[in-house]
Amino acid sequence: MEIIMTIVAGVLIACATYLILSKSILRIIVGTGLLAHGAHLLLLTMGGLKRGMAPLLGQEAEAYTDPLPQALILTAIVISFGVTSFFLVLAYRAYQELKTDDMDKLRGNENHE
Amino acid sequence: MNNLVILPILIPLITATLLLLIPKNIKLQKVISVISLTATTIASMILVHNVYINGIQTLEIGSWRPPFGIVLVADMFAALLVLTGVIVSFTCVLFSFRNIGKDRENFFYYAFTQFLITGVMGAFLTGDLFNLFVFFEVMLMSSYALIVLGGTKIQLRESIKYLLVNIISSALFVIALAYLYGLVGTLNMADVSSKIAQSGQTDIVTIVAILFLIVFGLKGGIFPLYFWLPGSYQAPPYAITAIFGALLTKVGVYSIYRIFTLIFYHEPQITHQIIGALAIITILIGAIGAIAYWDVKKILIYNIVTAVGVIMYGISIATETGYAGGIYYLVHDMVIKGALFLLAGAMFTITGTDNIKKMGGLIKRHPLLGWMFFTACLALAGIPPLSGFVGKILLAQGGLEQEHYIFVGVMLFSSLLVLYSVMKIFMNCFFREEVLSQKEEKGTTKGLVYPSVILIALSAFLGLGAEFVYPYVFEAAETLMDPSIYIQAVLKE
Repeated sequence: MEIIMTIVAGVLIACATYLILSKSILRIIVGTGLLAHGAHLLLLTMGGLKRGMAPLLGQEAEAYTDPLPQALILTAIVISFGVTSFFLVLAYRAYQELKTDDMDKLRGNENHE
Repeated sequence: MNNLVILPILIPLITATLLLLIPKNIKLQKVISVISLTATTIASMILVHNVYINGIQTLEIGSWRPPFGIVLVADMFAALLVLTGVIVSFTCVLFSFRNIGKDRENFFYYAFTQFLITGVMGAFLTGDLFNLFVFFEVMLMSSYALIVLGGTKIQLRESIKYLLVNIISSALFVIALAYLYGLVGTLNMADVSSKIAQSGQTDIVTIVAILFLIVFGLKGGIFPLYFWLPGSYQAPPYAITAIFGALLTKVGVYSIYRIFTLIFYHEPQITHQIIGALAIITILIGAIGAIAYWDVKKILIYNIVTAVGVIMYGISIATETGYAGGIYYLVHDMVIKGALFLLAGAMFTITGTDNIKKMGGLIKRHPLLGWMFFTACLALAGIPPLSGFVGKILLAQGGLEQEHYIFVGVMLFSSLLVLYSVMKIFMNCFFREEVLSQKEEKGTTKGLVYPSVILIALSAFLGLGAEFVYPYVFEAAETLMDPSIYIQAVLKE
């Protein structure tokens, strides 16, 4: 199971890399979303995918799944959610102000106002 | 157990929350900011003293024994950086009182600054790798807000790139944490360190170590991961660039020091040599960038890159002298980069331009500003009575003991280039014939110079009072040299 999940995470990250290298800002944001998915999936996989009950003491099972990666992923998800919403608003604002979503036209380091 | 350890995180956090409640009352915001930063400074001073007297201070949050709970650890290295970081951010906030303008003050500028300080202090003090990630994000999110605050075209354009680079590096950080957790099954730094010491640093652990180097290198701006830095740091106003230049990259460098002295120190012939090679190229790239431009801000930004390289070189020496030199240079560089950006900010206020060729003769009406800038330049290059000298001489001594003749040569040569780049600013902007008459000046320097006076005085103290500072730095280097001190203080075996 771990092998399949690792391959899936790899495909997600490959797609993310491809999208992040494209021109349009929206594609880049979709790429960062996929990158976050890949990272979270990898975190879950690396914690081990052994069989066990959900980590709730009321289940009274013999074995539980590892609760720590789940807590880490929950934290990482809200963080990436916050950052993504900020990025989307920033892209919207930049589109209004700069009249383009083409990263090629946002080039250069000169301070031309 | 010592509750003092959490104060440098808690005070800015509470202040930031308070400041969110009073968005329109700017006077009160300023008063609260000053009070809280004074309190944080005093708390960090007591913390440094406490660590010096009693050794490493730890705080188990919620009284859960490590490695099960989060633990905050203040060793001398972290405590010194906390103190320096607070002082530098204090001066940057004082500078922005006069300079940042109503537009930004009305939109939570001071609250964002306090959140930024919270993140930086947390990153210095934490003893848990995932907690380090969270504090990185606290710091980065406030920096996203600060870099785009005001919403000019260049800020929007550059903050997209800054955001993208940091999102990618954060995802890589999560991936690196996932691999490390899969390998050792814990994320407490001391516990990871002792587990790796028991099982030996296998090849896969070394690969994870290099992944961490890439992550922190992206945050810290080392070659070849510095490409985002010049553009992004140019976009925001000087008060914000000063706090970024002094603190943000240094947190990345601090993390590299922490993990490569505490956790991944078993294969120095691979990791530490890579760091050394990258450091030397970083120094050269920074120096080349600094001499290439005729733009005050750009020159100072490339000097950040050079300094990051110099500090990184301390790790690859991996002796007590080398670490002491790296730490001394790190503390010095936080202070002096703050001072230089604030002084350049005052120059920008007067002239309204960053272009060296459009300035001249400032010394006639602004002698204090001019000579302060001169002193800061000398300190940056490492001229003896000032602070940059001690760190570089220790690094050179440590490097020569390890017979790194080329590295030391490049480092000393880069000091010349750095001196040339900042003297280019000084000679052209402050001498030559005057460009602006009294009436043409765009603003006054009233209240803008004294924050940098504090920093220059601190830099002079670090240089002249080296005998007083050195025992603290030496103690920090000793802890870095021997990870078992840290592990025992945290795990109390």
